Amino acid sequence: MNRNLSALLVVLSILSVVLTACGPTECPECPPCPEAGECPECPPCPEAAECPECPPCPEAPAAGEQRLQIVLDRGKVVCGGRTDLLGFGYLDADGKNIGFDVDLCRAVAAAIFNDPNAVEFVPLTAAERGPALQTNEVDMLSRNCTWTSSRDAQWGNFTVVMFYDGQGMMVRQASGAETLEDLDGATVCVTTGTTTELNLADNFRGRGLEFTAVTFEDTASVYNAYEEGRCDAATSDKSQLAAVREGFANPDDHVVLDVTMSKEPLTPAVPAGDDQWFDLVKTVMYVLINAEELGITSQNVDEMMGSDAPSVKRLLGVEGEFGQADLGLSADFAANVIRAVGNYGEIYDRYMGPDGDAFTLPRGPNKLWSDGGLVYAPPIR
Amino acid sequence: MDQDSHIQVITRSSIPLWRDERVIQGIAQILSAVLVIGFLAFFVGNVLQAARDRGLSLGYDFVSQSAGFPLAESVIPYDESMSFGYAFLVGILNTLKVALVGVVGATILGTVAALARISPNWLVSKIASVYIEVVRNIPLLVQLFIWYFAVFQGLPLVKESIQWPGPVFLSQRGIYLPAPVPTSTFGTWVIFVGAGVVLACVLRVVLGRYQLKTGRTTYPVLTSVVVLVALPTVGWFLGGGSPLVKDVPVLGKFNFTGGMQLTTEYAALLTGLVIYTGAFIAEVVRAGILAVDRGQFDAARAVGLSNAQVLRLVVFPQALRVIIPPLISQYLNLTKNSSLAIAVGYPDLFFVGRTVINQAGRAVPVFLMVMAVYLFISLTTSVLMNIYNRRIQFVER
Repeated sequence: MNRNLSALLVVLSILSVVLTACGPTECPECPPCPEAGECPECPPCPEAAECPECPPCPEAPAAGEQRLQIVLDRGKVVCGGRTDLLGFGYLDADGKNIGFDVDLCRAVAAAIFNDPNAVEFVPLTAAERGPALQTNEVDMLSRNCTWTSSRDAQWGNFTVVMFYDGQGMMVRQASGAETLEDLDGATVCVTTGTTTELNLADNFRGRGLEFTAVTFEDTASVYNAYEEGRCDAATSDKSQLAAVREGFANPDDHVVLDVTMSKEPLTPAVPAGDDQWFDLVKTVMYVLINAEELGITSQNVDEMMGSDAPSVKRLLGVEGEFGQADLGLSADFAANVIRAVGNYGEIYDRYMGPDGDAFTLPRGPNKLWSDGGLVYAPPIR
Repeated sequence: MDQDSHIQVITRSSIPLWRDERVIQGIAQILSAVLVIGFLAFFVGNVLQAARDRGLSLGYDFVSQSAGFPLAESVIPYDESMSFGYAFLVGILNTLKVALVGVVGATILGTVAALARISPNWLVSKIASVYIEVVRNIPLLVQLFIWYFAVFQGLPLVKESIQWPGPVFLSQRGIYLPAPVPTSTFGTWVIFVGAGVVLACVLRVVLGRYQLKTGRTTYPVLTSVVVLVALPTVGWFLGGGSPLVKDVPVLGKFNFTGGMQLTTEYAALLTGLVIYTGAFIAEVVRAGILAVDRGQFDAARAVGLSNAQVLRLVVFPQALRVIIPPLISQYLNLTKNSSLAIAVGYPDLFFVGRTVINQAGRAVPVFLMVMAVYLFISLTTSVLMNIYNRRIQFVER
């Protein structure tokens, strides 16, 4: 009996030691502050009462402000994109990533490393791109992503609109449909997890039309189902419809309706919380647009270095400066970028111009502001 | 020699603490509890910290926001203006629709295939073997793609649908059947149906007991089935006007309107799941049947029972003991494999969850909800099947 009792006492004392070790006996430590700002002092603990919570440290980006360093250490930029959309992100015959969005990533890599191939591409589906950006899995998301207010609030920071697009509808020529009203009761194929899906519902409901949506996760299934006849129409950004139409067995059997269902500003995005990285990517985009305005191309960039125009000299880093040091870039990074990927017009024409590799789409709203389009960048100074 | 004084009686209370089993076990349990709880606390804390760092919200307030996205099919009426929570409910019902029908279908198919495989007929047995071996060894996702993109998409276009008497229309968009629509006399007919069911059950029990007691054949099953069919039929005509009217599908400009529709997505998912899980269930059932002692079969045949009677009365009841636990696993597998619906565009729970994540921007809360629902469905299935399992166990001496 004594033995039993002492065994019990030993167990109980061990338990109590463990529990007391876990319980709060002293003030919790103030979280460590980065250099930018003093940590307020933890108020002393009153006797036998709850320790008050430490007030939060003043705002100083902890994980932010470091993305450039992480990228430099890694030696390449991690770019979230896609490999299945003609014109924007696809593979050439050798399996190399090419496309409009891909070249924007290469521009950033050229700015940092002077090497457009210092990029690692991560293919993402429409449903994955938001979480990938939120969890810092990619340094930059260049995947024909529409800039919306909720995405800006939730996913990350959207840089500069590089492609002004709108949502369209593709139907078979034989159906004879010309407006959305002609599609009352139709079955429409759409990719899930996109603004397209929501706009489709809004447009049809707003006009009092009925429709049935067939949604898939991956784009290939959507257009496959449409081509097979499972759906009467397919909807997406007009650029995507043009791209996909080229890939059909009989492109002339299909027509993109002359209806624009929404605004779709396609914008590369970066994760939230790092202002320097955000500014860096934005500046690279501005460089591409300004280069076209100033007439600098990948062919003539070296001779333009000797130009007299002050704006050209400033852009190419020959004379004057426009904040390269604050961004952590070299003075002539703009010249490297233009030499590596070309200016905005060259990138556009490479894939979607009259001799474009993918298809031909008139620039329309993607012309420079001076030509009547919407492409406008702040001055480089 | 006086040994008594040298013999030390070993009692439990005289074991020193450091090698007393009970103490060691107690301390081990406390330590492992601390470790497990510590681990969980670390992971949960990590998730919360990461969410706080990245400004990700972990609340559930988005559930009442308007969904905005359409769903291809749903059991309850749904449109885009309803909330995310409602869309989630539609997803759950769609999953249950596939899971319940799939479970029933797979069990029937599996049992038939198992019996075919152990049949003495060489051809039947080989066909069953080939089916089981081929289906078990191809990944389910591949099979679903084949069913959806190769088979069901290969059906004719809507405008050229195959028409069967009914009228039933078979096309790429799915199977369109006439739907029963209740009329004013539906209520009275339901009463007749109810009466038929009750009377059939009562007759079965009463006649069965009478047969056992007196030994006279009274055909309990046959009589109750006849009553079950006869009463509703009588009620159909007595009610005055037919209680159900056919709503026939009519081809409009793009699609059929009216009638019931079984979409290709649902059909492909169901077929793929039933055939895949059926193969596994076939092996489970076969194992159960083979586990019954050969002597039972021989003795039953010696007593004069036919092959079918032996299976039904002697072999299967004993085989069920072995079949039910792995069968529970197969049912759970089917339920969880239904999440592959995302590949064929069927809006099940996982599909709706993914869309909600993308449109509402909340990955962690939505995934927790999805996991909780699957866990609930699976645990309910397990509990119900285990109740059945316990009833059919025999008590061994």
